[in-house]
Amino acid sequence: MASLVGSRVERKEDKRFLTGKGRYTADINIANQTYAAFVRSPHARAKIKKIDTSKALKASGVVDILTGEHIAKDKIGGLIAGWAIRSEDGSEMKCPANPPLAKDNVNFVGDPIAVVFAETLDEAKAAATLVNVEYKVLKAVTSLSDTMKSEAIHEGIDKNLCYDWLLGDRQKVKEAFDKADKIIKLDITNNRLIPNAMEPRACVIDYNTASEEITCYTTSQNPHLSRLIMSAFGGVTPENKLRVVAPDVGGGFGSKINLYNEEIVCSWASKKIERPIKWVAERTESFLTDTHGRDHITHAELAVTNDGKFLGFKNETIANLGAYARVFGTVTPTYLFGPCATGVYIMPAAYSNVKAVYTNTAPVDAYRGAGRPEATYTIERIVDKAAIELGIDPIEIRMKNFPTEFPFKQTLVHQVDSGDYVAGLNKAKEMADYDGFADRKKESESKGKLRGIGVTTYFEACGIAPSPVVMMLGCGVGLWESAEVRFNPTGQVTVYTGSHSHGQSHQTTFAQIAADELGVPIENIDIVHGDTDKGTFGMGTYGSRSLAVGGVAIVNACKKIVAKGKKIAAKMLEASVDDVEFKEGEFVVAKSNKKKTIGEVAFASYLPGVRDEVKSPLPEGEEPGLIESSFFDPANFSFPAGSHICEVEIDPDTGEVKLDKYTAVDDFGTIVNPLIVEGQVHGGLAQGIGQALYENAQYDESGQLITASYMDYTMPRADNLPNFDIGYTCTKATTNPLGVKGCGEAGTIAATPTVMNAVINALGGQEISLPATAEKVWKACKEMKKSNSEAA
Amino acid sequence: MKTFNYHLVKDIKEAKKISSAHSTFLAGGMTTIPSMKLGLGTYKDVIDIKGIKKLSGIKSSGKILKIGSTTTHAEVAKSKEVKKSIPSLAALAEGIGDPQVRNRGTIGGSIANNDPAADYPSACIALNASINTSNNRKIDAESFFKGMFETTLKKGEIIESIDFEIPQKSNYQKLPNPASRYAVVGVYVAKYKNGTNVGVTGAKPCVYNDKNLGKALSKSFSSSAIDNVNVSASGMNSDIHASAYYRANMVKVFAKKAVETC
Ligand SMILES: Cc1cc2nc3c(=O)[nH]c(=O)nc-3n(C[C@H](O)[C@H](O)[C@H](O)COP(=O)(O)OP(=O)(O)OC[C@H]3O[C@@H](n4cnc5c(N)ncnc54)[C@H](O)[C@@H]3O)c2cc1C
Repeated sequence: MASLVGSRVERKEDKRFLTGKGRYTADINIANQTYAAFVRSPHARAKIKKIDTSKALKASGVVDILTGEHIAKDKIGGLIAGWAIRSEDGSEMKCPANPPLAKDNVNFVGDPIAVVFAETLDEAKAAATLVNVEYKVLKAVTSLSDTMKSEAIHEGIDKNLCYDWLLGDRQKVKEAFDKADKIIKLDITNNRLIPNAMEPRACVIDYNTASEEITCYTTSQNPHLSRLIMSAFGGVTPENKLRVVAPDVGGGFGSKINLYNEEIVCSWASKKIERPIKWVAERTESFLTDTHGRDHITHAELAVTNDGKFLGFKNETIANLGAYARVFGTVTPTYLFGPCATGVYIMPAAYSNVKAVYTNTAPVDAYRGAGRPEATYTIERIVDKAAIELGIDPIEIRMKNFPTEFPFKQTLVHQVDSGDYVAGLNKAKEMADYDGFADRKKESESKGKLRGIGVTTYFEACGIAPSPVVMMLGCGVGLWESAEVRFNPTGQVTVYTGSHSHGQSHQTTFAQIAADELGVPIENIDIVHGDTDKGTFGMGTYGSRSLAVGGVAIVNACKKIVAKGKKIAAKMLEASVDDVEFKEGEFVVAKSNKKKTIGEVAFASYLPGVRDEVKSPLPEGEEPGLIESSFFDPANFSFPAGSHICEVEIDPDTGEVKLDKYTAVDDFGTIVNPLIVEGQVHGGLAQGIGQALYENAQYDESGQLITASYMDYTMPRADNLPNFDIGYTCTKATTNPLGVKGCGEAGTIAATPTVMNAVINALGGQEISLPATAEKVWKACKEMKKSNSEAA
Repeated sequence: MKTFNYHLVKDIKEAKKISSAHSTFLAGGMTTIPSMKLGLGTYKDVIDIKGIKKLSGIKSSGKILKIGSTTTHAEVAKSKEVKKSIPSLAALAEGIGDPQVRNRGTIGGSIANNDPAADYPSACIALNASINTSNNRKIDAESFFKGMFETTLKKGEIIESIDFEIPQKSNYQKLPNPASRYAVVGVYVAKYKNGTNVGVTGAKPCVYNDKNLGKALSKSFSSSAIDNVNVSASGMNSDIHASAYYRANMVKVFAKKAVETC
């Protein structure tokens, strides 16, 4: 049997997803269910003076209406930040209370205040409009640059500042800067994005009055974590009485890591009203209340020598947390951002200083890449600016500063185990026909168009483990992953994983790994995830961690199965364990060439006896059955890296930017399924390109989200994108037996700076802010024309 | 969405009978249904006119191209008749929204709705269109489009067809809103024996006939003819997608593009 790792196995998921047979939370209905509609704040900041539900309670079909008063009375806890970050001065971060239903204050448009349960959805919605809330509207804090000067929106949180964090050494940086020939300075805004998972958030809650167990079907990237938080912090019900199921989930991109208000409220309420509850977000609710991403303003400086060597780097960033601190909200702009801000370069001195602040906008949390896109954008834009100011080719300046020996101790935190950045950039340069750019530029110019080329080299820290490290940095939980592998007596295998697939195709990739380990046909392997009643525990899927952490747990559990199988086979074959070899699904005794298949061994393990004789295939002391589990906690993060190059063509008359060519060369370590990896890269690129050219979440001064529909929030579409040329280099990760590094976020991380570097290159080096929309680019084109004609 | 009565009517008479202050006509539903879902429009009766046979179809008779009001954008886009007589109109229809919208949305619905960023209204202005209604009115385009989302249609009056005067040459160019694909600015240029019309959509609260551009092009039909025409930003729309200043400039840029591709 040929190895499946490395082959383009078609997705097991395709049949169900492509024929519309996916089973999402909204597809689940429970007899006698009620429908929930939330009453949400129309104001960005207000005091709640009075909530009058009397009229709504009398409306047709209404079962009950619950408010923040009820939540408080039942002592249901609020939403939490999962990482405790300390300020430079040693003080702990400051987080406001975030009750599931606001009782006294609302802090962003969409903040839930009350919930109506009714017999039909229409009735619930109609009654929700009858809940009368009296507000005292307060001035909203929305401008990120002014936040610290504005009135505090949360009591006791001075300057709206959650923390003022430092990573690195200011003194060393100062010394490095003193030696520099030139200091490159750059001010950038990393625009706010809305994740826009195709499936809106939803939950269906079933409270069993007999067992007193709550089942919560929900759109989550990490059902076990949701259960833990809902029990430990929400106090909804003990963990053993709570089952959280995340069935098919239609995309998350980070926005479904969080446990949200609605799940806590509906789970708690289902027990209260003793009825099942169904809630499905409308698209507008998704825009308003899903956690958003990015939203930084950064001042960065890079100290260089005249010949392009980097001496030091610093960045001062203000990061928007939105109204409340959520699960990954506080770590995204710190440990996921700061360490990566020095990029793939040897950087003798560096620091990242981040002030995270509260504003009257939707909470900001991890969004595909989480911190690493912001970091990569910062360094890759300033490196390009250095290249322009020093008159050095952008590829050359990067090559000059690459580490060539691995492990590479990166400046701020990471010990990068493996990589070959030179090979990656050389390959990208060749694939992109970098040297042919001048000709293509001429051709564009002959049509009256501008053409630009952009380069980015990046690395990222994935896996978000080992646990002792992340917990040392402030994480509230360990970020290992677990797996359980069960052989059925009849020879098929069920693999339970704590990772969760919401577009990542784990059912295929993980089955490939298990098939190789166990020598069982892939058809006979099922991957089960997303149900706290099935499998051990899990930390879920984000941070490109599923294969590098969760996949490895599966490998380790399979190895335990084989080890036990070997002992059983040895007894069955009357050989010593040392003489049994396991190869392609068979236990073989080389000397006698006697063998047992793993299926036969599994069968024997469950039926350990024969007729008419007292004889067990199990060695003395061995338990029946063939089930093993494993918890894997890696020794380090994993470090995917790559080089991307793209070309844009600009119509100077209109400012429209056309992305013409895109080349991505990534090093993901071992690639288990190239087909799936390509899909991940494509999707990531689309989102990164989206940030560069299209997507931009905007609030007005009063805190209204003015891009709350697809009429105004621009998603990238297929016809905005060119064919992607995708290539790989491979240096295996040394910290896991598969040698894998993770691929889910890479495209998003690299694409934004690559595209912007190309746009700015086309504009003759003129700075332009994200996203490069037509009007902005048009204005820059006019400037360029003006300065060209002045020069002439 | 609130509950309502749905009526699939067979003829105009039946439609008129049900029509009231609390009803709406439904053609493609591409505008009406989203607005009902958002609670912006609530009706007691929704009168589906897609079943009225005589409202659909395309005919050309030498000087006039007649398009029935419930003809979908997709039908206009692929019609041989339209491609032959006014190819730019077929191209305009092909550029509306996405395939789903084109398969459902209708020309009558688009015109009746008079969205400031819709494409068809500019064609009506440039192509000297008349709008034929169930009240036996034949309304010329310029007086039909009254203001933002406003037309001279009376309550219960149904657009039956639109007559376009077939030009010598014409072209439509738009700068699509990257999010919705409606026109940020759309310019329809149509050249007739006795002069050129320029219909502009997206730029102002209502589609308009740019007489200055039209005059310059009537004198000399070339893109350089409008180099010195001033398009003022005053009265132009300004929103997160484009400022008034940019729009004013784009009116000229897209007028030139249209002339050049005629
Ligand atoms: C995603 C999306 C993208 C779009 N993009 C574009 C675009 O790029 N460019 C563009 O121009 N448009 C665009 N549209 C709008 C589209 O063209 C609609 O089809 C059009 O605005 C309405 O046509 P309809 O047939 O769907 O009308 P309906 O929604 O059925 O009706 C609209 C209004 O017109 C009235 N009405 C309909 N027919 C008649 C009639 N015969 N007589 C009198 N009144 C009538 C109705 O009562 C209602 O008030 C888009 C729509 C969507 C949803």
